[in-house]
Amino acid sequence: MHKKKKTSPVQKDYQILAKKKEPKRNVILNVIRAFVFGGFVCFIAQLLQFAFINYFGFEESQAGNPATAILIMLSALLTGLGVYDHIAQWAGAGSAVPIIGFANSLASAAIEHRSEGYVLGVGGNMFKIAGPVIVFGTFSAFIVSIIKLLVQAIGG
Amino acid sequence: MLVGRQSWRFDKSPIIISSAAVGGPFEAQSPLAGDFDVFYDDLWIGQDSFEKAEVKLLQYACEKALEKAGLQPEDINFLLSGDLDNQITSSSFAARGLKIPYLGVFGACSTSMEGLAIASKLLDNDGANYVMAATASHNAAAEKQFRYPTEYGAQKPPTAQWTVTGAGAVILGRNGEGPRVVSATIGKVVDMGISDPFNMGAAMAPAAVDTIETHFNEMNLEPDYYDLIATGDLGFTGYAIAQELFAKKGIRLKENIYTDCGIMIYGDNPRVLSGASGCACSAVVTYGHLLKRMRKGELKRILIAATGALLSPMSYQQKETIPCIAHAVSIEYVQ
Repeated sequence: MHKKKKTSPVQKDYQILAKKKEPKRNVILNVIRAFVFGGFVCFIAQLLQFAFINYFGFEESQAGNPATAILIMLSALLTGLGVYDHIAQWAGAGSAVPIIGFANSLASAAIEHRSEGYVLGVGGNMFKIAGPVIVFGTFSAFIVSIIKLLVQAIGG
Repeated sequence: MLVGRQSWRFDKSPIIISSAAVGGPFEAQSPLAGDFDVFYDDLWIGQDSFEKAEVKLLQYACEKALEKAGLQPEDINFLLSGDLDNQITSSSFAARGLKIPYLGVFGACSTSMEGLAIASKLLDNDGANYVMAATASHNAAAEKQFRYPTEYGAQKPPTAQWTVTGAGAVILGRNGEGPRVVSATIGKVVDMGISDPFNMGAAMAPAAVDTIETHFNEMNLEPDYYDLIATGDLGFTGYAIAQELFAKKGIRLKENIYTDCGIMIYGDNPRVLSGASGCACSAVVTYGHLLKRMRKGELKRILIAATGALLSPMSYQQKETIPCIAHAVSIEYVQ
């Protein structure tokens, strides 16, 4: 990592001044909105799960998968219709944390880079935002598995 | 003539023969909508990419300016243009279509006044008969290059700004009737250590204040000399900071004199958060709205300090702070 650049006293003074004039994110409002929208998404998912159990004869343990698939499709559809980014501006983390946020990151990047072709454009950029999540998700899963194996080998 | 270290007084004061401003669908809702020449109701402008749409916008603005001046592309000696796309492709591609000898300029969102200052200097030194200065930006093309995909759902902070979709062009000549470019001050790069690309206003405000202060000192002017002083695209946050900085330096600018193009263009539309930005911001406000007011006789002397953030998508990922610049151009019209 490169060394952190020194901030001069003039810069420091300015940054204090600028900070005072910057409007802050309304954290409390954001938390409430995230809770409401995130909760709403989970509520829809729950309804879907019930529907798959009661009307399509799924086992309770398996009904989650088709419900998730529908949410992913809905998210991609709303992204394509240009609605999702407006929802996200309102809902904040409420739209980013559930699975629909992941679907939106893939769909939006794919749409954005369509103009550079299917292979280098869509294929090459689709995981631009979601890529790091997959890389570090896989990597941490690997580390955790090794720790588990080691603990078992020791006889834990 | 050079005045001081970094200002030019244009003794032959080139005349703005014509100017044009075009905008996209969102700009059509602007409180200044009446001062645009054309709006496009589709962000794609009939093209298959946002980058191509930006080229079209720029080309239309240039053609509109030519049409209003009653000139052909062959009459123009030089075109000075720049934009935010990588390697200023929008400008180069538009120049390809226009077939006017071309100099690419880049000063991010300060490109409008950088182009206007150099164009005026070319005319002042008898280096041309007609020069065109133009610039463009496209909301989605800028978002794609500098931030996230357009449809990506990330909440923007209240300091974020909205890139203007539009283009502005002016044609300067030696004779004729119209507002005159009187002087210009070229800015220094100022970096106050702000590194958040969602807070450009705070990053750029010190550069604007530095250039305007230098302009007053070198041209030996009092702040009340101008009827209107406008910074390029500081937005609400940067404007508030700039006001504070002016007050600290003892430069008294009346509130009805000092304004910001980034605030003027969309008014208080909540969708744009802290206001507007982009090369087209100061260009369409100046070349559309302000020049029109000058021609009506409402304004006699104005100073435009276009502000630019000279970052790249890579520079901020590498944790560099944002270097900023501002160029000021003074336009006068005494009928």
